[in-house]
Amino acid sequence: MYQYSIKQLSDALQTKQVSSVELTQYFLTRMKSLDPQVNSFITQTPELALQMAAQADEALAAGNAHPLTGIPMAHKDIFCTDGVRTSCGSKMLDNFIAPYDAHVVTQFKNCHMPILGKTNMDEFAMGSSSESSYYGPTKNPWDLNAVPGGSSGGSAAAVAAGLVPFTTGTDTGGSIRQPAAFCGISGIKPTYGAVSRFGMISYASSFDQGGPMAMSAQDCAWLLNAMVGFDQRDSTSMQIEPTDYTAQLDKSLKGLKVGVPSDYFGEGLDPHVAASVKQAIAEIEKLGAEVVEVSLPNQKLAVAAYYVLAPAEASSNLSRYDGVRFGHRCDAPNDLNDLYTRSRAEGFGAEVKRRIMVGAYALSAGYYDAYYLKAQKVRRLVRDDFSRAFESCDVILGPVAPTVAFNIGEKTDDPVSMYLADLYTIPVNLAGLPAMSIPAGFVNQRPVGLHLVGPYFSEARLLNVAHQYQQVTNWHQQRPEWVGDK
Amino acid sequence: MQWETVIGLEIHAQLATKSKIFSAASTAYGAEPNSQACLVDLAMPGVLPVLNKRALEMGIAFGLAINAEVPKKSVFARKNYFYPDSPKGYQISQFDLPVVGKGQIEIEVNGEKKIIGVTRAHLEEDAGKSLHEDFHGMTGIDLNRSGTPLLEIVSEPDMRSAAEAIAYAKAIHELVQFIGICDGNLQEGSFRMDVNVSIRRPGEPYGTRTELKNINSFKFVEKAIAYEVDRHIDVIESGGTIVQETRLYDADKDETRSMRAKEEANDYRYFPDPDLLPVMISDEDIEAVRQRLPELPAVLRARFVADYGLSDYDANLLTSSKAMAQYFETMLQTAGDAQAKLCANWMSGELAKSLNRDELAIEASPISATDLAGLVVRIVDNTISGKIAKQVFEAMWQGEGSADQVIEAKGLKQITDSGAIEQIVDEVLAANSQQVEAYKGGQEKMFGFFVGQVMKLSKGQANPAQVNALLKQKLGQ
Amino acid sequence: MSLALAEVKKIAHLAAIAVEPEELDAVGAKLSNILDLFAQLSQADTEGVEPMAHPLDQTQRLREDLVAEVDQRDKFQAIAPATENGLYLVPKVIE
Repeated sequence: MYQYSIKQLSDALQTKQVSSVELTQYFLTRMKSLDPQVNSFITQTPELALQMAAQADEALAAGNAHPLTGIPMAHKDIFCTDGVRTSCGSKMLDNFIAPYDAHVVTQFKNCHMPILGKTNMDEFAMGSSSESSYYGPTKNPWDLNAVPGGSSGGSAAAVAAGLVPFTTGTDTGGSIRQPAAFCGISGIKPTYGAVSRFGMISYASSFDQGGPMAMSAQDCAWLLNAMVGFDQRDSTSMQIEPTDYTAQLDKSLKGLKVGVPSDYFGEGLDPHVAASVKQAIAEIEKLGAEVVEVSLPNQKLAVAAYYVLAPAEASSNLSRYDGVRFGHRCDAPNDLNDLYTRSRAEGFGAEVKRRIMVGAYALSAGYYDAYYLKAQKVRRLVRDDFSRAFESCDVILGPVAPTVAFNIGEKTDDPVSMYLADLYTIPVNLAGLPAMSIPAGFVNQRPVGLHLVGPYFSEARLLNVAHQYQQVTNWHQQRPEWVGDK
Repeated sequence: MQWETVIGLEIHAQLATKSKIFSAASTAYGAEPNSQACLVDLAMPGVLPVLNKRALEMGIAFGLAINAEVPKKSVFARKNYFYPDSPKGYQISQFDLPVVGKGQIEIEVNGEKKIIGVTRAHLEEDAGKSLHEDFHGMTGIDLNRSGTPLLEIVSEPDMRSAAEAIAYAKAIHELVQFIGICDGNLQEGSFRMDVNVSIRRPGEPYGTRTELKNINSFKFVEKAIAYEVDRHIDVIESGGTIVQETRLYDADKDETRSMRAKEEANDYRYFPDPDLLPVMISDEDIEAVRQRLPELPAVLRARFVADYGLSDYDANLLTSSKAMAQYFETMLQTAGDAQAKLCANWMSGELAKSLNRDELAIEASPISATDLAGLVVRIVDNTISGKIAKQVFEAMWQGEGSADQVIEAKGLKQITDSGAIEQIVDEVLAANSQQVEAYKGGQEKMFGFFVGQVMKLSKGQANPAQVNALLKQKLGQ
Repeated sequence: MSLALAEVKKIAHLAAIAVEPEELDAVGAKLSNILDLFAQLSQADTEGVEPMAHPLDQTQRLREDLVAEVDQRDKFQAIAPATENGLYLVPKVIE
């Protein structure tokens, strides 16, 4: 049943072929037996899941249930979940039982979707490998020596291993798309402002955006329907017309203009990955799309701009972890300063501390103009590149990452090399555009992702392109062999 | 050579909103510790701020009231610092694009008028409170106040004496209450003042300033400035230099002292708050606030003098709050504009005295403006004398009804029937024949004695003018 | 670019993170690498470019001035490290 699409699970539940409790038990069993090898969950919540499943069955019995009712799911451990530990992958929040639900959690609770647990992640979503989690690294189900990508690595790995039909993720610089690519699943980062950030623990406020991670574009469309929506508690939440993201999935791609940036296929891109991506683009061309060349000349500066701006915001966002009202507090502080500096030194991991310090530096007197303000100007240049490109195309296609998943431990000693690997995903976050990653082949038995980027609020179009591609390919249906026995 | 004092003020006025500036928690004063600190106020992971519309409107209203520019675009910024009463580790404030730009306000000291410049005013959130009572050597933190909206009003260094500083502070204090954006309660900390003081030789550049923080009484502002100016003069004249620093005024010792030396100069790392978007203020928004803005005290004062012939003193008093002015104008609706002076006298006299005695605000006066005007009307139409009126006022204050009801119930109507008065006069003269003799023998002072006796016998109800006339007539015979 | 030790200490102070003396060099070296990445920004010609603080050109939405929160102190303080009489406790603050 783990191969079922969201649509198939929904049909099975609505027609009473299976109950939500049965389905939930099925996935709990898979999680219990397979997750020890993957470490994709930080917290498992079987009691909560079964209790919610029983409520879902009541709703299904009443006959007017939401199409998603009863389908089990898991949240990235960055979404506050009332009464459940919400650690953000950090020792700092190891003891933090969230006293409220994030907007996204409420949305899915309203659909009666049992929560199986909270998935592993890079600490405070800062990372591209899920190795910086306080709860140990998550492993890539396709190769347990490889990273699953990050920061939503646990969410991606759990879906890839068939432990849960779908998960939520967040994407600040590529944290949905890159792990989706590394784990061979589909993930979409909506337009900034489409999904409420309320209750989603902030890393970099003007970049963070939540989105679904699942096996296919069609699944993502169903989930996006429940996830997108205005929330008055988030000042950056957009009031957009309610959209049925599944409505356009079957639209033909005839006449679609696909932009391919020449800048993307240069130095640094693994030639095998390049070949897979080009083949995928050719496939989409066969479906009636027209390929045009576009240029994004300022993208080469995006990583530098991002690593000024995101840590700057983070340095301030993470000041609330001071050992006073919640979270880790050091033993027997001598004085106030000791309470702060020791609690934070003990509670945060190395990468988080690094970004806080870098961010504080970028904002400090004497450097603000050269770093922070300059990076904001580059941010506009990057955004303007996209605006120009979208005058001549509907969607931009390219690689998600320059390589397939790297080995665990390969880049941990060289943060900058890890940062540079996000060169394709980061520009999208600077601009706030919607973008997707879908599976497009394998290199050395590790999945390759195809990156789809669209203009603001073009999620339905991206899902349409991805779905049409998935109608003529089966990369998205592949599973690592070892997860299939159970 | 003379020293010139240079003073600038930063005033924090708590805005009188119901809910906090970025959360829906109550701003009510005096609640149980942390019972009004919601998720947002506690800076729980994942929470976000949303701006209170009323707080913004109050900021705009202040801008309009001081004739300031209200820029179209206003931005909230984060001021980063660690302190236990600042739960986020930053304060949401405004930095380079405040809601209110340059404006001004007029003050008056010893009859001299002066314009004081306001550099800017910006919106920000208040911090919580640290309680230093002994919790086993720990400090307790109450975050109820955290997130209460503040308007920080920054003046130009335009004041040259403590008296000017006080006049400015009082003018702002009066104005923010008048336009209804701050309750002005100094004890509860609704209005707090930071004073920047420096001295220089006239004509020379500004000297180094020190900042006296968080003073919540006008008297202390005056004393703190006096102390600090003397200190500056002493230091400089003895060859020292003033260190730019923040100092605390200790009211008990009447001195200022340096706050704990900061390990390093503060670097607040201001940057635009990414959780909030730029606030755009349209001409329509500004117009809507302007429509609801009451007539400002200066305008009202001038009008009271011009239209009603009031003295500056009365006009000042009657415009010291919006409620006072409203009370006065409501009185005139009943008493008529011609009685403005009499109405003003009653407000500054009996009413003010009684409100003071019972510690009531005018809004809580047991006698409404219309009822007090009713009393004035009865004086004017000779139903009662001014003296009896005080008695009626007292009864009204005790809740015994309107002027007419009290006059009726107590039979206080003035006797104007000359036959009745003549009868009393005759009675008094007959009973005091010795005094009449004395009077006629040249002791004219005795006249007052007769008036007193007649008034006493009439229980004060005889019309005094008629009594005088009759007595003169009878004694002259 | 290589950060001086004093600078690393200053950054740690701003960040309120204790760095052991023996870690200072290593921390400084990693930070310096990141700052080298920042240096790329100087290549960009940003003459006349308006800084972009936010992805979307939207303006702040306003909330009506209504009290909508109830007292949840007990729930919130259940996860606090140290409280007494409804107050959060911290080491003595000296003013």
